Amino acid sequence: MYEYITALISQLPFSWAQYAFMQNALLAVIVVVPLFSLLGAMVVNNQMAFFSDTLGHSALTGIAIGVLAGVQNPTWSMLIFAIFIALIVTVIKDRTGSSADTIIGAVSATAVALGIVILSKGGGFARYSRYLVGDLLSIRPDEVAALSLVLVAVLVIWYIIFNKLLLVSINSSLAGSRGFRVKLVESCFAISLALVVTFTIQWIGILIINALLVLPAAAARNVATGMKSYHLWVLFITAVCGISGLILSYYWDTATGATIVLLTALGYVFTLLLKQPNRL
Amino acid sequence: MKSASVPPCGSACGLCVTEISHFSVMIRGKSILNDINLQIHCGQLTALVGPNGAGKSTLFKAILGEIPHEGRLQFLDSEGNRSAKPRIGYVPQRLNFDPNSPITVKDLLVSALGQVPALLGGSRRTLRIAGQALDRVEAQHLINRRLGALSGGELQRVLLALALEPVPDLLLLDEPISGVDFKGMQCFYQIVAELRQQYDLSVMLVSHDLNAVADYADRVVLLNHVILCDGTPQEVMRHPLFEATLGRLEHQFI
Repeated sequence: MYEYITALISQLPFSWAQYAFMQNALLAVIVVVPLFSLLGAMVVNNQMAFFSDTLGHSALTGIAIGVLAGVQNPTWSMLIFAIFIALIVTVIKDRTGSSADTIIGAVSATAVALGIVILSKGGGFARYSRYLVGDLLSIRPDEVAALSLVLVAVLVIWYIIFNKLLLVSINSSLAGSRGFRVKLVESCFAISLALVVTFTIQWIGILIINALLVLPAAAARNVATGMKSYHLWVLFITAVCGISGLILSYYWDTATGATIVLLTALGYVFTLLLKQPNRL
Repeated sequence: MKSASVPPCGSACGLCVTEISHFSVMIRGKSILNDINLQIHCGQLTALVGPNGAGKSTLFKAILGEIPHEGRLQFLDSEGNRSAKPRIGYVPQRLNFDPNSPITVKDLLVSALGQVPALLGGSRRTLRIAGQALDRVEAQHLINRRLGALSGGELQRVLLALALEPVPDLLLLDEPISGVDFKGMQCFYQIVAELRQQYDLSVMLVSHDLNAVADYADRVVLLNHVILCDGTPQEVMRHPLFEATLGRLEHQFI
């Protein structure tokens, strides 16, 4: 199946399409686009951009914990730590009633500092700098397959919780009055976000993963007229920027994730120009 | 008030009652509500008035079961069946979205009423129910508008439509402090008054507009952590405590 698809890609009349690493990366982008579109749309809608940023940053500490525990593949330690951070932030926010911004900022900075301290011990931090920038071209076929499973899981979760999540974001008391379990819904979202961020971070990079989540959705808000058109715009912008960013990074010999993010920033400017001040 | 004669039973009977007994709420060691006892009969509109921070919205949240409280809530329907969980319709004071948000009235209703995600447009059945709900408050023309593009009065009507689908045992209205013009307010209360009769609703209203309270409420409860007085609008508004509390209220608004 996988060989069949990559063979199809290699039929394309471009030099990049002949390389296995570009075929893998293109398939990865095709899986990542709907994944990030769905999550990013909800992150921006729920005004949680700072929260998803923290999840990205917590990956550093997750890797560090993995190193301390002596595991080969730090994905699991990253995932567990990110879920822990996601739930901690949700709980602290509810309990103290203090501004979410401040708490999230403090947690984020602490996580980064802790991660750097542990990883830099003995001067070995350079080994982990690939997580900062990410390398999409290093993705392997089995990893693309695993990413597809994550996409399927998120699609199922979204079908179940999308409406509830939307109403909770509009007014949690209103959602509660209709029998929705607000805490459960919020936790489901936080865990899905943690799952996707930690799973993709080694290919996209800690420094820019949040931009890839937030920018297309922020751009789409300039022009969207409802939830359906909002999601279509996010999907469209992410897809165009994702695929063209991958190809451009091949010709420019630049980091793929950052190239894609730059294009989404252009997309934002573009939709800002399209924006009509008196939309109904 | 309804007459004391025995009403025709069925939907409109005035016999069902929501009983709030010994409600107390403490938040971080501070007593917000203390021993609140209220009986809300169906067909009746009870207005809660009181200064800012008196615990009016907190009482609603306690009734909704969102914050822990002492005491109990009981609903008694016209056939004498008791239930601890009446169906509650809730109109919140404000919503949490920024004006640029791409959420339409349809998205809001679909998210509350159906399973098929609003991003897919919702199922046909959900859309039909949403349309009927909006019809009830004469707001069907608003269905494709964004929430951020609605006036305060229009938004309140949409929220009322949602609170009435399905028709609740008890309707809680938390009126916005600002943002709704006089005409919008009149229109809203007119609709509430009509629907209350039509569906024999029990309505509790947190209000900051004392003229509207005088015009539309059957009963007024003056609340400031405890119930200070409780009676018809005329009775309560002539009460010395009312003027004392209200004086403070008006000062806060100037």
